[in-house]
Amino acid sequence: MDVVQLQRQLVDYKASLYNEAILDEQFTQLQELQDENNPDFVVEVVSLFFEDSERLLNELTKALEQQNIDFKRVDAHVHQLKGSSSSIGAQRVQKVCIAFRNCCEEQNVQGCLICLQQVKNEYSLVKTKLETMFKLEQQILAAGGSIPV
Amino acid sequence: MVLATETTQFHVLAVDDSNIDRKLIERLLKTSSYQDDQERSSNSASVSSDDDQNHQEVEVNLIITDYCMPGMTGYDLLKKIKGSSSFKDIPVVIMSSENIPSRINRCLEDGAEEFFLKPVQLSDVNKLKPHLMRGRSKEIQPNMNKRKGMEEISSPDRTRTRYNELEVV
Repeated sequence: MDVVQLQRQLVDYKASLYNEAILDEQFTQLQELQDENNPDFVVEVVSLFFEDSERLLNELTKALEQQNIDFKRVDAHVHQLKGSSSSIGAQRVQKVCIAFRNCCEEQNVQGCLICLQQVKNEYSLVKTKLETMFKLEQQILAAGGSIPV
Repeated sequence: MVLATETTQFHVLAVDDSNIDRKLIERLLKTSSYQDDQERSSNSASVSSDDDQNHQEVEVNLIITDYCMPGMTGYDLLKKIKGSSSFKDIPVVIMSSENIPSRINRCLEDGAEEFFLKPVQLSDVNKLKPHLMRGRSKEIQPNMNKRKGMEEISSPDRTRTRYNELEVV
C-alpha cells in the first residue's frame, strides 16, 4: 500500500473513532500539543493511560469480589479511571464510569458488576483502536510520509 | 502523599496524584510558556525539596493542584500555603474534574487565583500569565476571570523585559 493510501486510511480510521464516540475532542487537544520537539507525546500519554487503567481494572475486580464490598474504595478507583479517560478523550470509558459511580453511591452490587464488565469492554475497545491507529501512523512514517492532521 | 512535577522557566509546581494529568499539565505549561515574552515574577519563595543536609532551594512561582487527592484535598493544601508566612504569596490554582459551584466558590474565596475544570485546556493555562507576573506593577489587579463566565478585567500595559534564558526543568 502506498503512502497516500495509508494516509487516507488513517484519516478515515480516525474519523470513525470520533463518529463512534470512542474518542472525543480532548484527544484532538492532545494531538495539538504534540510537535516536532515532542513527537511522542500522545503515545506517551496513552501508554500511561493503558498502564493506569489496567491497574485500576484489576483493583476494581478484586474489590468487587470481596464479601463485604468497600464501595468507597470502589468509587475511588472509578473516580480515577473516569479522570484519566476524560484526560485523554476516551469518551465511552468515561461515560461508563459515570454510571459506575452512581451504582457505587447506591451500593448496588449487581449494577457495579455490570458496569465493571462494560468498562472492561469499552477499555478493551479503545485500546485496540488506539493501538491500530498508532500502527498506521508508524507505517506512514516508515514509508516516508507525514501524519495527516 | 502528594506527587509533583516541576516545569517551565517559571517553576510551576504541579501537584496531582494522576501521572497522566501531571504529564498533561506539564505539556500545557511548556506550550503556553513559548507563546510570547515571559518575565519571571519577583514574587517567589524558596521551597526545600529535601529534608537532609543537601536540600535544594527552588523558587516556586505558582502552584497548580488537583482538588481530589488521597490524604489531603487541594483546598487543604491551599489553606496550608496561605497560612504559611513563607509561601502565602505564591499564587495557587486548583483543578477538579467535578463541577461543584460551592466547592469552586470556597476555593476562590479562600485565596485560589483560578479554578480549572478538568480536562484542563491551553486556554486555561494561558490565564496563568498575569499571576506569574504579579508583583511587578504598582497596582495589583485581581484576576476575575473564573471558569463559569464572569467578565474579565484587563490588566494594565506593562513593559516587559525579554527573558534571556529559557530554563525548562
